[in-house]
Amino acid sequence: PLPPLPRPHPAKGIHKCRKMGQDIRNTVGNVPMEWYQDYPHIGYNLDGKKIFKPIRNKDELDEFLDKMENPDYWRTVHDKMTASDIRLTDEQVDLVHRLQKGQFGDVNFNEYEPSVDFFTNEVMIHPVTNRPQDKRSFIPSLIEKEKVSKLVHAIKMGWIKPRKPKETTPQYYDLWAKEDPNAILGRHKMHVPAPKMRLPGHEESYNPPPEYLLTEEERLVWEQQDAEDRKLPFLPQKHSCLRAVPAFSRFIHERFERCLDLYLCPRQRKMRVNVNPEDLIPKLPKPKDLQPFPTTMSLVYRGHTSLVRCISASPTGQWLVSGSDDFTVRFWEVNTGRCMKTLEVGGAVKSVAWNPNPAVCLVAVCFEHTVLLLNPSLGDRLVVSSTDQLITAYEPPEEDKEQAVTWALSEGLEHNKGHRLTLTHPKAVKQVVWHGKGDYLSSVMPDNSSNLQVLIHQVSKRRTQNPFRKNKGLVQCVSFHPLRPYFFVATQRYVRVYNLIKQELTKKLMTNCKWISSMAIHPGGDNLICGSYDCRLAWFDLDLSTKPYKMLRHHKKALRGVAYHRNYPLFASGADDGSVIVCHGMVYNDLLQNPLIVPVKVLKGHQITHDLGVLDVTFHPTQPWVFSSGADTTIRLFT
Amino acid sequence: MGGLQKKKYERGSATNYITRNKARKKLQLSLADFRRLCILKGIYPHEPKHKKKVNKGSTAPRTFYLFKDIRFLLHEPIVRKFREYKVFVRKLRKAYGKAEWTGVERLRDNKPGYKLDHIIKERYPTFIDALRDIDDALSMCFLFSTFARTGKCHVQTITLCRRLTVEWMNYVVTSRSLRKVFLSIKGIYYQAEVLGQLITWLVPYQFAHDHPTDVDYRVMATFTEMYTTLFGFINFRLYQTLNLVYPPKVTQYLDLTFSCAQQKLSALSASLARVVATAEEEENQLDLFPTEGEDQENMQAREKEQKEQEAQKRLFEGLKFFLNREVPRESLAFILRCFGAEVSWDKSLCIGGTYEVTDETITHQIVDRPDMDKQYINRYYIQPQWVFDSVNAQMRLPVEDYFLGTTLPPHLSPFVEEKDGDYVPPEKLKLMALQRGEKPVQEDEEEEDEEEEEEDDDEEEDDDVDDEELTEEKNLKKLEGTRAQGKTLAVKVTPGKVKPWETGSVGNKVRLEQEEKAEEKRLAIMMMKKKEKYLYDKIMFGKKRTTREVSSLRCAPAKPTRPSLRPFACRWR
Repeated sequence: PLPPLPRPHPAKGIHKCRKMGQDIRNTVGNVPMEWYQDYPHIGYNLDGKKIFKPIRNKDELDEFLDKMENPDYWRTVHDKMTASDIRLTDEQVDLVHRLQKGQFGDVNFNEYEPSVDFFTNEVMIHPVTNRPQDKRSFIPSLIEKEKVSKLVHAIKMGWIKPRKPKETTPQYYDLWAKEDPNAILGRHKMHVPAPKMRLPGHEESYNPPPEYLLTEEERLVWEQQDAEDRKLPFLPQKHSCLRAVPAFSRFIHERFERCLDLYLCPRQRKMRVNVNPEDLIPKLPKPKDLQPFPTTMSLVYRGHTSLVRCISASPTGQWLVSGSDDFTVRFWEVNTGRCMKTLEVGGAVKSVAWNPNPAVCLVAVCFEHTVLLLNPSLGDRLVVSSTDQLITAYEPPEEDKEQAVTWALSEGLEHNKGHRLTLTHPKAVKQVVWHGKGDYLSSVMPDNSSNLQVLIHQVSKRRTQNPFRKNKGLVQCVSFHPLRPYFFVATQRYVRVYNLIKQELTKKLMTNCKWISSMAIHPGGDNLICGSYDCRLAWFDLDLSTKPYKMLRHHKKALRGVAYHRNYPLFASGADDGSVIVCHGMVYNDLLQNPLIVPVKVLKGHQITHDLGVLDVTFHPTQPWVFSSGADTTIRLFT
Repeated sequence: MGGLQKKKYERGSATNYITRNKARKKLQLSLADFRRLCILKGIYPHEPKHKKKVNKGSTAPRTFYLFKDIRFLLHEPIVRKFREYKVFVRKLRKAYGKAEWTGVERLRDNKPGYKLDHIIKERYPTFIDALRDIDDALSMCFLFSTFARTGKCHVQTITLCRRLTVEWMNYVVTSRSLRKVFLSIKGIYYQAEVLGQLITWLVPYQFAHDHPTDVDYRVMATFTEMYTTLFGFINFRLYQTLNLVYPPKVTQYLDLTFSCAQQKLSALSASLARVVATAEEEENQLDLFPTEGEDQENMQAREKEQKEQEAQKRLFEGLKFFLNREVPRESLAFILRCFGAEVSWDKSLCIGGTYEVTDETITHQIVDRPDMDKQYINRYYIQPQWVFDSVNAQMRLPVEDYFLGTTLPPHLSPFVEEKDGDYVPPEKLKLMALQRGEKPVQEDEEEEDEEEEEEDDDEEEDDDVDDEELTEEKNLKKLEGTRAQGKTLAVKVTPGKVKPWETGSVGNKVRLEQEEKAEEKRLAIMMMKKKEKYLYDKIMFGKKRTTREVSSLRCAPAKPTRPSLRPFACRWR
């Protein structure tokens, strides 16, 4: 049997242990022995028989007693595989000690054996091979001689020259000695030379005038800005003397950036616009030559307590009527500014219109659902009485037709106040307009969902009709053609022109506006202006096109009212910016000549209240005067 | 109809341009080589007029080269050299890898190189073209000449730049063509007039650079390579025009053992002898100047201008300067010699000093320190700014303002030419008055007499401009007055006065007319077309901005304190 192998670490589980005298070999292999904890055996021997554990296990106390009493305890090792204690022999203990010291296990192993050379260092006297040397190793080579002589000959003849020393310094000569102007390539014509570096200004000086230095705030702003946004790429600095000037830290950067610009920056030839701004201003006739037009504010009509929505002048030009949000209608004498009459009505007055017929003294007033025809009893008594007669002369027809509105004659107290006829509409009325003859009258009830938006009334017959069967959009305002039987209806974006006799649409004007606010027809009937809430005024020449002939953007805010003068070539527009702009709008009889439009005066006077300025403008029928009513409760006359 | 359908982007501007990547592929070059080629040949991208058409409908940002330019590059012999170099590098690397040292040596001996002469000739067909484009070359070479041997570029390049810049400075001194100088916070600007071309260059102050990391030195080196070639040829030609030998002997002094400044100085001092020799020649040339068949006035004006220039060239002639050790020697010596002065410095500092401090004939000593212990009584001790301001003013300015320890007057840029409506600093107004020969306000009588004797020539001019001067002088005084007030009284309320033209009938009319005109204009502006209105508004905006800037500058003295503006006391030498 082999000498027993020591097991310094029995727990490692190497099961090649053999006990002295016995041949118990556990065949369970490299498994944790804990697996056999609960079994009576501890494994199997070579024959497949169980190896049983010793009958009695040692407990702690036994262990302790053993430790105390057994003198060989220190050399006793527990073998888990066989569950038995092994006492190490002296040799084994010795081996353990040697291994612990890092020595070889075998006692007899010599680490320091004397070295033995494989080859000898002594030179031997006999050659390895016995072959004699060639003759050619003793005599000079002919081939080499031939080569050398060839080289010598070449050198003698000057065919081979010594290698030139390399030129390191560049050689300069007169490059432009033969300047040929014809040699300029076509490329040079396409060449865009790089602009030169910008020359420095005073601010770059090391000692600039103090006004070029930045203040503390400016410096902070400069520091916070991005490098591209800065106006100056450096901070101006002042140094008291030259010796205090430091090196510029971005010097190399700037040179490098210049290099980049030179080869990377795309170049383009740009024509600079060298325009005198004065030349851009159109040459218009001088306003002085286009007189008369209103230039100054001469009268202010005060009395209303709320914003004045609408005004209208009498055909004679002596009276002015105004309607306001304070539920009153006031009659003014134009020349004196005196309030002749104040009438209370039952609602905010949306629109007033004086009958354009000078033989009739009637004023249409609309508020809420009602259109009221008033006889203000101003001016010629004959006219006043004939008007009253005209109204009372009405004879009701035999067949009573169902009408859209109810006509009611005012009597008693109301009659004394001036009320004559009351037209009660089904919906709220926004605008009322007279026909030029003074018999017809149209009222607008904006409503997006029905065809009952515009009504035309005939006063003498007390008859009402609805001209439209279809709803074409929200009607903003309507107007009669001054001479021909045409009717203009402005919806939000378009103006439609209807022929009343043929009962058909003749034209549809595209205003290019977002929302029309007001409209006026030239007294000649061929031109039309439209004011809109998006600050534009469109002039249409009806003979020319359905697109605007001119778009004027004079106002800064929404336009509220536009008006033509009856005799003079003038038109005016009032807007929320509180100004009235009077323009000269000459229409020529010659059809080939386009209308001439020249703004002549900006009239200011109205204060802006609640973001509203001028609400309505109207011209005096005979004089070149313009009235404007504003949100500041006043009416102003500009003459 | 019939015919082939025309495809888009196969004609017109789309075919005239080529993107960078495509160009690179066409030339079969790497990006670095392409860049080098573009720099050397002066090819730059073009911005097409209709970018979208050229970009085949796309709006992606791309750089475009002219297709003709790229085709032109195809025939460039230097492209082959680039390829050869590439092969050389490859072979060398291989030889190194195999440790074939003889092979390495042989390869190194046969290293392919190229010359840029033909490219220079092609880019600048005439000499004047080249001279016109030399600004950048000068600035770059001056920058490279200040580099230390830090491995940022080849030592040969630095040496070459030094040599070329010294040659250039020598030429400027010899031809006395320096016109303007300016001390900025970046460096010193010089402007010379060479053969009728104004050439400006910038030289950094003498400090060691701390090299930035975000700068590609290869690009700069390529530019420098091209610039040095150009610069050398230009120097050759310029020396030829002065009948001087090129390369001049001064370059012998060039040796890297000296510092850069020392070399330049020594070179400058060495060339002094030659300057004196050529002065006679110049005079001869000038006598021949008058031409025939021109208007008398024109000729006179020309003559006058010529005279002024001549006078400027001799600005410091006869003066003897001594530079103290703290002033920038190189630039001052250069400037002073350009205007005919004698300059020296302490021998212990640098070679080239010709006389000592103790020399009794020294007229000016340039000092940049608050005080000096030992002062000689027969010389002025002035600060360096005097030299620069005098050169720019084309006259010797009174030295009082530049004495030792005094607060210096502001140093103005000579490159600014004020147009109408621009802001002119009050110092400049003063200077202009002085240049016109106006008499200063405060002075002693004796000096005045002296002055008058000298000013006999200029009296005619005086009469013409007297009125203007008077008014200007008044304005100036007023300005000063207001400034003084601003200092003492922060706010002052004066009772309002009814202006005469408001009450007077004549004035009223004028005002009414003005108002009327203004309104007319306003109304006409309302009638402008949208496009024109936009342009008009833009122009007016720019105008308003400039006026605002000017006005902000004008009322600026309220911010910092300006040293009291006293008139230049005048003592003529």
